[in-house]
Amino acid sequence: MDLSTQYLGLTLKNPLVPSASPLSRHIDSAKRLEDAGASALVMYSLFEEEIRVEDELFDTFLYNQDIGHAEADSYRPFPEQHGSIIDNYLAQLNLLKQSLDIPVIASLNGVSAGGWVDHALEIQQTGADALELNVYYVAADIDESGEEVEQRYIDTLKAVKCCLEIPVVVKISPYFSSVANMVRRLESAGADGVSLFNRFYQPGIDLESLDVTPQLQLSHSGESLLAMRWIAMLHNKVDLTLAATGGIHNADDAMRLLLAGADVTHLCATLLKNSPEYLATILLQMQQWMEEREYESVEQLKGSVSQQHAADPAAYERANYIEVLRSI
Amino acid sequence: MIKNPIIIDGNHAAALIAHQTNEVIAIYPITPSSPMGELSDEWSSNGKKNLWGAVPEVIEMQSEGGAAGTVHGALQAGALTTTFTSSQGLLLMIPNMYKIAGELTPTVFHVAARSLAAQALSIFGDHSDVMAIRPTGFGMLSSNSVQEALDMALISQAATLESRIPIVHFFDGFRTSHEVSKIESITDETVRAMINDDLVQQHRDNGMSPDHPVIRGTSQNPDVYFQARETVNPYYRKMPEIVQSCMDRFAELSGRQYRLFEYVGAPDAEEIIILMGSGCEAAHETVDHLLAKGEKIGIIKVRLYRPFASETFLQTIPESVRRIAVLDRTKEPGADGEPLYKDIMTTLADRAMRDGNPMPLVTAGRYGLSSKEFTPAMIKGIFDELKKEQPKHHFTVGIRDDVTFTNLEWDASFVTDANKNVTRCLFYGLGSDGTVSANKNSIKIIGEETDLYTQGYFVYDSKKAGAVTVSHLRFGPDPIRSTYLIGDNEAEFVACHQPFFLERYDMLDNAAQNGVFLLNTQHGPDAIWERLPHKVQQRIIEKNLRLYVIDAYSVAEESGMGRRINTVMQTCFFAISGILPKDEAIDKIKLAVKKTYGRKGRRIVERNFKAIDSALANLHEVATPSETGSSAAPADSIPQRASEFVKSVTLELIAERGNQLPVSLLPDNGTWPLGTAALEKRNLALQIPVLDENLCIHCGKCPFVCPHAAIRSKAFPADAASDAPESFKHVKIKGREFPQDTHIVYQVAPEDCTGCGLCVEICPAKDKSQANRKALNMEPYTPQLREQERINWDYFLKLPEFDRNQVKWRTMKGSMLAQPLFEFSGACVGCGETPYIKLATQLFGDRMMIANATGCSSIYGGNLPTTPYTTNEDGRGPTWNNSLFEDNAEFGLGFRLAVDQHCEHAKILLQQLSHELDQELVQQVLDADQSDEVGIYEQRQRVATLVDALKKLDSPPAHELLSLTDYLVKKSVWIIGGDGWAYDIGFGGLDHAMASGRDINILVLDTEVYSNTGGQASKATPLGAVAKFAASGKSAIKKDLAMIAMAYENVYVAHVAFGAKDMQTLRTFMEAEAYPGPSLIIAYSPCIAHGIDLKNNLKQQDLAIKSGHWQLFRFDPRRADEGKNPLQLDSKEPSIAFNEFADTEVRFSMLRRTHPEQADEFMRKSGEQARTRFDHYKQLADIDYKNDAVLTQLPEKE
Repeated sequence: MDLSTQYLGLTLKNPLVPSASPLSRHIDSAKRLEDAGASALVMYSLFEEEIRVEDELFDTFLYNQDIGHAEADSYRPFPEQHGSIIDNYLAQLNLLKQSLDIPVIASLNGVSAGGWVDHALEIQQTGADALELNVYYVAADIDESGEEVEQRYIDTLKAVKCCLEIPVVVKISPYFSSVANMVRRLESAGADGVSLFNRFYQPGIDLESLDVTPQLQLSHSGESLLAMRWIAMLHNKVDLTLAATGGIHNADDAMRLLLAGADVTHLCATLLKNSPEYLATILLQMQQWMEEREYESVEQLKGSVSQQHAADPAAYERANYIEVLRSI
Repeated sequence: MIKNPIIIDGNHAAALIAHQTNEVIAIYPITPSSPMGELSDEWSSNGKKNLWGAVPEVIEMQSEGGAAGTVHGALQAGALTTTFTSSQGLLLMIPNMYKIAGELTPTVFHVAARSLAAQALSIFGDHSDVMAIRPTGFGMLSSNSVQEALDMALISQAATLESRIPIVHFFDGFRTSHEVSKIESITDETVRAMINDDLVQQHRDNGMSPDHPVIRGTSQNPDVYFQARETVNPYYRKMPEIVQSCMDRFAELSGRQYRLFEYVGAPDAEEIIILMGSGCEAAHETVDHLLAKGEKIGIIKVRLYRPFASETFLQTIPESVRRIAVLDRTKEPGADGEPLYKDIMTTLADRAMRDGNPMPLVTAGRYGLSSKEFTPAMIKGIFDELKKEQPKHHFTVGIRDDVTFTNLEWDASFVTDANKNVTRCLFYGLGSDGTVSANKNSIKIIGEETDLYTQGYFVYDSKKAGAVTVSHLRFGPDPIRSTYLIGDNEAEFVACHQPFFLERYDMLDNAAQNGVFLLNTQHGPDAIWERLPHKVQQRIIEKNLRLYVIDAYSVAEESGMGRRINTVMQTCFFAISGILPKDEAIDKIKLAVKKTYGRKGRRIVERNFKAIDSALANLHEVATPSETGSSAAPADSIPQRASEFVKSVTLELIAERGNQLPVSLLPDNGTWPLGTAALEKRNLALQIPVLDENLCIHCGKCPFVCPHAAIRSKAFPADAASDAPESFKHVKIKGREFPQDTHIVYQVAPEDCTGCGLCVEICPAKDKSQANRKALNMEPYTPQLREQERINWDYFLKLPEFDRNQVKWRTMKGSMLAQPLFEFSGACVGCGETPYIKLATQLFGDRMMIANATGCSSIYGGNLPTTPYTTNEDGRGPTWNNSLFEDNAEFGLGFRLAVDQHCEHAKILLQQLSHELDQELVQQVLDADQSDEVGIYEQRQRVATLVDALKKLDSPPAHELLSLTDYLVKKSVWIIGGDGWAYDIGFGGLDHAMASGRDINILVLDTEVYSNTGGQASKATPLGAVAKFAASGKSAIKKDLAMIAMAYENVYVAHVAFGAKDMQTLRTFMEAEAYPGPSLIIAYSPCIAHGIDLKNNLKQQDLAIKSGHWQLFRFDPRRADEGKNPLQLDSKEPSIAFNEFADTEVRFSMLRRTHPEQADEFMRKSGEQARTRFDHYKQLADIDYKNDAVLTQLPEKE
């Protein structure tokens, strides 16, 4: 049985690609993913915001230590050389490339035009097989229109594309008035693929301190339906490759997304919750599902239940609300 | 033109050679020599190798005494070894120096010469310290400039190896150690050629080894000690010749020729001055100037001071000389002259005695103590004096001595021509605005890009929060010998980086005619003139200054630089000064920025560039009118309650006129009045807390955490505030423990607040419908708010203090009603130490005696011009003294012994006199329970009655008792210092004081690092933290001082962290003070050295506890007597991972960037260590004392 799939111009041996997660921070867990059958690996994201914070840290606590006291013009030694988040990221990318045989896709989250391009180039130079632009942008400015937000994506993508040779996939959130149109615009702007969808971690309120605190909530299985719908509707309507991400926890989830038209399915929470080896289980179950139904290849089933090919194409477009209520 | 120029300071210069020519370096931090050790440590940790390809081993010791011992040992074991020190540090090395010299061991100690602590400590430069080592047998070689610090370091290293006599190579603290200068570097080949490897081998061969064993350090008897002491004479006789030959060899290699004594002047000079150190440079400059005018004068620069080469000296001095002034930069009270004078006198007298020729007239003078200015005008004054018929003998110069009339007069307007081609620039900045580092950077740019010689010298005030810096920069085509500040009418360029300085400093007095004045101000070129103080306008017109303005804060803000204006001001300097072509200069600034931040700080580079470009666009020249505007000079507001002394001395110091104060006005024994910090309204805050009295729950936490005692509470009868200003926010107090009509107010001292925001951070009272609003909120410090709160604060001060007998001390609200007797110190904004001291003064201040170890707490506690300890309305308050760094526990123990002795003696006298006094009163006095505030109050009342009664008795015992009655009231002895003192240099004494069992209270302000000298590691520094002298992370765990103290079993021991658990801190202080034996409070104190923003001070303490980095506990020996476990654990087991704490502090997180693997390992170990330490304490706290559980748990014998 041929499980291979085409993704961003790369031929992957199967569609299971662990998405950006702490598992790529350590070579041993990355190796375990590869051994379990992962066909490629998306590295944890390099956040420009973190780099900014680090810059501030260096500026305040390294380069400007002087408070104007005669007895001391600094309070900590000034290292001749020191690493940084960028250095560490590139070093880890390099190490992953050297340790793994599968393609490594770097992931970058930027906030400024300059930041995207500079870091993307360094990532390419270090040997990444592709770059995921993880556009983790909360449009918090009430004066910024949806159009402006979209344009920000397009501009960023263009800026990166024009200086990179490796393929670029854009990971977006579902919070667009028209997701499909947005994807098409990204395609026109040169994206080699899109990854649907980014999840925003939602902050919470600490009832004791009344502080707004960050919360880490892993996805759950049902969440992948959102990506499934949009992938189904986009399949064959756009030319770029489609990755499904968010809430793919088991073989059933993954199969649904492939049927809807995804080229790859990203796994994250389930591997963190279970183990890197759980990828092998999912892969095995997928194979079993395909064997039982006598599918020959992934290519064969990819998009077979997309909107274009579904028995009831309108089901994807229907709001579905009434159906769901009736079923309760 | 300089070959191979480098731009460094004197410390850097000496350290370069020291590191290159040694194998072992034993160090200990002390100002101003610390940078030599820091650089050596950094170089070694970066793998920099010495001449022989090995990385020198650098070790920090527990004291200079320890460093000297280690040096001695390493030398004896055959390693080339060095150390660096100053002042008291050098004194601590003396015992070993005798040994090292006695054993004819080659070594060089590099000393940044500094004043010794006498009537006061001073960190500044003179020769008091090096003069104290004259008898040790060390050679003494003086450097007069940064170039010489480099050259003599090498010459001394070569000479010590050849002569086998150890050398102290010294240069003036700050003036040379910290002067940034462009000098010629020494090539590795020169160093190589100067150091003879045969001699190095000889040193090794002389080292101790069991393979060729010897015995040294024997004990000798009257039969041979004397003769053995004389064996070294040939070495000393030969040494001057050796040093000169090294100087000659160095001259061949480098082109720079030095002599043991160097004469500069007319060959037929009649009057000369002899001196040593940086003053020689100013004297040289003056002589050059006067020679050109045809004067027959000269100077002799003394370089090799020990051994004193009399013959060479006599050969140096021109035959024509008739009159000599010998200048010493030191003072030996009671001596009939200072050391250099006496040596010269002896030499000349000796010659006169031998050849019978008449002696020249020789006078002795003192100058330049504690970096006192020594200018060409003063030098000219000395020459003028020498020309008089009866020149003054044993004179001083540079001060006005109206007590013993020693000082010479000098014409302050005299200047030399040396600076006529020099551009002189003065910059007034804040310590925190980066002015000094920007200027160092400018010196580097100009020094590297032009053939100009450069000089930078930086003057600081003694505050840590809001420190003011004045940078003195000179650039010129010839070597700059001006080892003095830029004076009146001399600065071609004056920059004022902070607008409010205009009212505080007469900076334009320094401006030269037709000079430039650059002002940072929010007012544009059209609006500024009217806003300038009258005097400033006058100076601008008189001196025809070109005035430029820039709104640097706006430019910085808009460029994303926040409040960092250094790049903006630096750009303006280059744009206006014309030292470099403007465009070239701008390119160089940008290049320097790029070099500093590189690709890692790409965003910082971008915003600096933006700031640079924007600075140029926003720099405006102001068309200055020919007449001053209407604005009048501000009236001096002299505080009414100030004493005559304060008016004539303290206020003069505050006004920067201390140099003009005559001797008669200064205390003769170092005693100063209290409460002067309150006179200095520094207005540092950009925001101050504003109270919403309707939300306030009267918890007392804000005054508790305030590091500067700038927010306070007071409770008073409502009618006492009937005439309160309308904006005075007093309300009925919450709580039934107060009388019905009691009101309370929480009031900020707006002009003393530093704006740290800790009070707002701790405030627990949140607005129910607006979570970001509290009972206290930071609001912009506008002139309106300042005026309103200033009035309120004045009113607050006038309200009566709450009766201490009524205070519920065990509550935060109650205890915070007590007046702090430590206020408005110069400590850092958000300081983690001062809240503890302030608390102690609130609780016990009226009976406190404080022994304070040298360090941050002695600087913010006792550095002039103003000091924070103050008195209550009865005139009582803490009495404070700083002895030394190393002896503080012993010093404080001495207080206790004296007090106890006086008290016991008073009791005996009282008993003797009891038949003449009210028997009941006597008994009450003798039996008084003074364990609480009421008891102390009542005892004071009784003692007052007793005093009245005693005055009526006319007998010797009654008179004697009268002088001791104060001691019948409890005195609370406090021994305060940092971890450098308690864990390291003072540990021996601390240990002994604790073991004494006497009633002393030891407060260790544990910042886990030597804070005051710039963050060097101490034994309190935690595992894996980066500190100076531990650049690759401290590899040993933090010493557990508390556990050591607990081993005594009779010491009250506690760990506190005021920001984590305030009530535990309060309770600890009360228990510790009440404990009738030794108490040790180890107080966790966040510090800027941790690499944190101190606005997070409280949060960091909380994280430290939660991660197990710090534990809270109290060990009270009294509990054991009650059958209870003396140890009570007050914090819970670690609830967060160690890295959740450590990642928030740069001292830990930096290691991940420099030594990632080590950092991971340290982090893991630190986590384990935190857990282990907690478990250990928990196990101890869980032991059941009632049931002798410990004993019953022992296994039975088989």
